[in-house]
Amino acid sequence: MMQPFNRHTGIAAPLVKDDINTDQIAPILHSRGLKEDYRAMLFHRARRREDGSDDPDFVLNKPQFRAAGILVTGENFGAGSSRESAVWSMLANGIRVIVAKSFADIYRENCLQNGLLPVVLGSAFGDQFIARVVAVDGKAPFTVDLVTQRISGPGGPDIVFEIPAADRTRLIEGLDDIGLTLKHVDEIASWEARAQTAQPWLQSARDAR
Amino acid sequence: MQQTLFDKIWNFHRVAQRVDGRDLIYIDRHVLHELHAHHAFAQLLKQGRPVRRADLTFAVQDHTVATKPGRDDDTNPSGSAFIKAMREGCRTNRIRLFDVDDPEQGISHVVAPELGIVLPGATHAVPDSHASTVGGIGALAFGCGTTELAHILATQVMALKRPKSMRVQLDGRLAAGVSAKDVALRIIAEIGVAGARGHVVEYAGAAVRAMPIEQRMTLCNLNIEMGGRSGFVAPDDATFEWLARRPFVPQGAQWDRALRYWGTLASDEGAGFDREVRLDCATLEPQITWGTDPSQVVGISGCVPDPAALDPGRRAAAASAFGYMDLAPGTPLLGLPIDRVFIGSCTNSRLPDLQVAADVVRGRHVAEGVVAMVVPGSSSVKREAEAAGLDRVFREAGFFWGESGCSMCAGGNGDRGEPGERCVSTTNRNFENRQGPKVRTHLASPATAAASAIAGRIADARRLAPGAA
Repeated sequence: MMQPFNRHTGIAAPLVKDDINTDQIAPILHSRGLKEDYRAMLFHRARRREDGSDDPDFVLNKPQFRAAGILVTGENFGAGSSRESAVWSMLANGIRVIVAKSFADIYRENCLQNGLLPVVLGSAFGDQFIARVVAVDGKAPFTVDLVTQRISGPGGPDIVFEIPAADRTRLIEGLDDIGLTLKHVDEIASWEARAQTAQPWLQSARDAR
Repeated sequence: MQQTLFDKIWNFHRVAQRVDGRDLIYIDRHVLHELHAHHAFAQLLKQGRPVRRADLTFAVQDHTVATKPGRDDDTNPSGSAFIKAMREGCRTNRIRLFDVDDPEQGISHVVAPELGIVLPGATHAVPDSHASTVGGIGALAFGCGTTELAHILATQVMALKRPKSMRVQLDGRLAAGVSAKDVALRIIAEIGVAGARGHVVEYAGAAVRAMPIEQRMTLCNLNIEMGGRSGFVAPDDATFEWLARRPFVPQGAQWDRALRYWGTLASDEGAGFDREVRLDCATLEPQITWGTDPSQVVGISGCVPDPAALDPGRRAAAASAFGYMDLAPGTPLLGLPIDRVFIGSCTNSRLPDLQVAADVVRGRHVAEGVVAMVVPGSSSVKREAEAAGLDRVFREAGFFWGESGCSMCAGGNGDRGEPGERCVSTTNRNFENRQGPKVRTHLASPATAAASAIAGRIADARRLAPGAA
């Protein structure tokens, strides 16, 4: 369910790669059930060496980033499969903000549905921020404030980011998306009536056999 | 004002604008699968919200079902909880389920069009990124996540920001032995894995018009691999002929009326697109991926690229792919020894795909040491293939012939390669570890996959040595 988002102060971890896909973020594993361990799922393969032990070189395994709340990454984050576990596994690990140069469309939608803040910094600002995050190396936190649309922290001035006003409101208020839509339930019903006249075959999906 | 076909379908389906500026787009046909369904059912139950239009909703068991003959719920133990939970959710919500043993079970993107559940000019949603496969018959389809799925179940609409529009113009006539798969891989290579992000793509041009409907579905299937929000081909007489007499299409006078309407489904002359891309298909050879994303593509006669020759933005990804794929720049693709071949998935598992592969395989045998499998896209495709004797062609050549499902595309049903294996696959993603830990995937057409199985190496089906039966 949607967690409202106002501001988050936390360690920022740099995962400096483009096109990280949802197979990497939340791999489909051998044994699974309906109650998955989303905490263990996050970057399950990238985090581990061949013998199953933690890979100390993977950024989220480094001691200074184990409690990271902000993930900082490159272009087209979350490409690939639509699996929402790629968002749930972030939240299960306490990650509330992803700062990327760009996001894949479906992934960004899934973030908004769950109160995981997707911040887009254009290429130039993104590179500057990544450099700051790398230099700080987890020694001090950053604050991402959705109300003021600012990122503040060590190593430079505040960064102002853009986000569509509607997405911002929805995150801050933690709005129930279905509830928002059901305010239009009468319009949905009248659309169905119109479609029944204009393209009746759309309103019926029956097996003719 | 000239309108694109996307404009026309979007505007027709626009129910209202929500307070947050999103358009509510009515979803005419909604198809679930078992990996997402139980979460959505549980969410609705908790909120006490009913399913608004169970009669427009369908469900298919596809991602986790085993492909072994005689399979049941538990053949793939990691899938059984998902399968049973979706079955129960469909029963309580009165949703038509194509269950594991249903004669029309299969991959959602194959089943929905072959039964005529999706239609030209209709909107469609599936909690799967390859939803736009059905764009091949002129439907506007959106992949979605689990929470959006619950939203559609409760409201029958999706709350979307209006995407931009893009036209991919495919000129010329495809050479023999070159297919929609090769065209799609070349487009992705040209514009990159995020090249269509935020856009709905209309595929147009002489090469598309000449494609049979199944090929158009392959083309639209790969739309997400360049980041597209949706993708489609405007319907034409070939589409209507393909759909006629399928069980869920409108009947009698309704069919005639629908046909008249569908005939108007085209972009107006002079309608503006936010972006246009052109590709001359006449000179195209079969394409194959060499790396770990679907834009890392070369012609089959080509070599693994020299990073210096690549766009600077693509060099880091290439450098990382060389190691994973165990390939050095300058290595020719043709002749690379392989361990495994997979023919199937929502990309390339329809009857004509299997026919092309069988034509390559007929009278030949899979090379020693190569594991090769064919998994039909639906149980209907499987039956039709068997009626045409294709199963015998494959089996006699040493292929495994499986029950329908997503199988080795994402390995959700346990069908996977072994670490270090090189696999030629007709699927859609060559991501690291997708087809099994450390499996090295080369995406290609069914013809290339079949030829490679026979040769034991990456091979060009047009130049396969005459085989001994």
